[in-house]
Amino acid sequence: MIESLGLYFSFPLVRYALIVGVLIALCSSLLGVTLVLRRFSFIGDGLSHVAFGAMAIAGVLHLTDDMLFVLPFTVLAAILLLRTGQNTKIKGDAAVAMISVGALAVGYLLLNLFSASANLSGDVCSTLFGSMSILTLTRTEVWLCAALSVVVLVIFILFYNRIFAVTFDEDFARAAGTRAEAYNLLIAVVIAVIIVLAMNLVGSLLISALIIFPAMSAMRVFRSFRGVTVCSAVLSVVCAVLGILISVIVGTPVGSTIVAIDIAAFLVCCAVSGIKGGIRK
Amino acid sequence: MAQLTCSNLTLGYEGHVVLSGLNFSVSAGDYLCIVGENGSGKSTLVKTMLGLMKPLGGRVTLGDGLRENEIGYLPQQTAVQKDFPATVREVVLSGCQGRAGMRPFYNRQEKALARESMEKMDITALAGRCYRELSGGQQQRVLLARALCATRRLLLLDEPVSGLDPMVTQEMYALIRQLNREGITVIMISHDIAAAARFASHILHVGNTVFFGTREEYLRSDIAARFLVPEGGDRP
Ligand SMILES: Nc1ncnc2c1ncn2[C@@H]1O[C@H](COP(=O)(O)OP(=O)(O)O)[C@@H](O)[C@H]1O
Ligand SMILES: [Mg+2]
Repeated sequence: MIESLGLYFSFPLVRYALIVGVLIALCSSLLGVTLVLRRFSFIGDGLSHVAFGAMAIAGVLHLTDDMLFVLPFTVLAAILLLRTGQNTKIKGDAAVAMISVGALAVGYLLLNLFSASANLSGDVCSTLFGSMSILTLTRTEVWLCAALSVVVLVIFILFYNRIFAVTFDEDFARAAGTRAEAYNLLIAVVIAVIIVLAMNLVGSLLISALIIFPAMSAMRVFRSFRGVTVCSAVLSVVCAVLGILISVIVGTPVGSTIVAIDIAAFLVCCAVSGIKGGIRK
Repeated sequence: MAQLTCSNLTLGYEGHVVLSGLNFSVSAGDYLCIVGENGSGKSTLVKTMLGLMKPLGGRVTLGDGLRENEIGYLPQQTAVQKDFPATVREVVLSGCQGRAGMRPFYNRQEKALARESMEKMDITALAGRCYRELSGGQQQRVLLARALCATRRLLLLDEPVSGLDPMVTQEMYALIRQLNREGITVIMISHDIAAAARFASHILHVGNTVFFGTREEYLRSDIAARFLVPEGGDRP
């Protein structure tokens, strides 16, 4: 088994996939707490569907580096969704649901009408569930993924305190002179970038899992914001590495393998917090 | 000179007026209590004073060298914080956000300020505890410590004692009074008119009838006679 792993890792593509996978897993876990505790989770879900629609359009237009198209499209959608979500007149949730389900339907329709591919359902499936797409990234996309991950990481570290303040108590933060709207926008844009990145790893339907599971697991065990953030980053990276390795050896789809391991980690964390609680009582 | 002045202020939501024609001002060292029934617009007034909402008419002006980010705010309790994983230290430190401005991390002075505020509120022992696991009274102390990190001059407290038991309520009032004696201006919302009449230097009564004046003027007014049930020795 070790030998076969060694063989796989003699391919640069597999090494790239692992590095990119680790970076993506790291980024996607960072905003999990913010996403779970604020109403931002609706944006996360909606955006992953929008990203699927964008992917379909890119496919129809025969773009080679489709990330370059999908990224700006999704960021734009994030800004729009944030606006509608805050609009009290339109029912925010309903608007988001309309946009996301609409993108899904139109995306599939476009693919059916215009795609030249012989294996349409295979293509759709891999866009939705990730399959092996992390191994088929072009060189440009690998570099783009790496660069974007680093940018997300740096932004998160630089804005860590402000993200905490705005997430914990937006009114207080605004009263203290923090420009909460600007940071909400920043958070939405970063989420959009993370979703486009994570789509390469787990496909658009499983992105929410990659973002939410590590944060939920960490919240079971840790009680400080920093503890939860660090723990969910570590968990996410470990699960992603395990998932990629297992999928390479056993031949399971990358995305669902990673998510399955995330679920297992969540169960372990539940057990740990249960035991801890038991001891305390 | 007044630190905060509201002139001919009208406030409300999207054209639906909650309060109108408010005129009052707060000077350094004052202790203003805003009283009125539930739903009379007290929280809305506070949000308007803080600039979180635009007034529908009139204006709020700051004076006496008070800057917008020098106001410490203790919001009425919200639901988000119920499940939030954060330690007391992290919450209190976040009160320094206005001071830190664009600087990404807190510096030594800010961390010292957070420690000092925690000491003042007597919650140093809780520093590593999780905020959501504290009692209501402890949580309010934490939020008060956070507000103290944001200001040395003006505190705006929205129902700081709601949901607290009588003992803890008295402790909270004592803490706030102590801060006021140290020179911090206090604007406190309360629907406990008797307590307001005991501690405040000025009273703003909102509702169907609006009253603003010193405590003595308030006690002599008709409104007070209607709302303050005389309780023997309790009236000052
Ligand atoms: N976000 C909102 N949108 C529209 N109306 C609101 C909103 N919040 C409060 N109100 C209304 O404004 C009035 C005053 O509310 P509030 O300022 O919270 O009162 P108080 O704090 O004195 O109990 C109430 O009638 C309430 O229904
Ligand atoms: Mg209120």
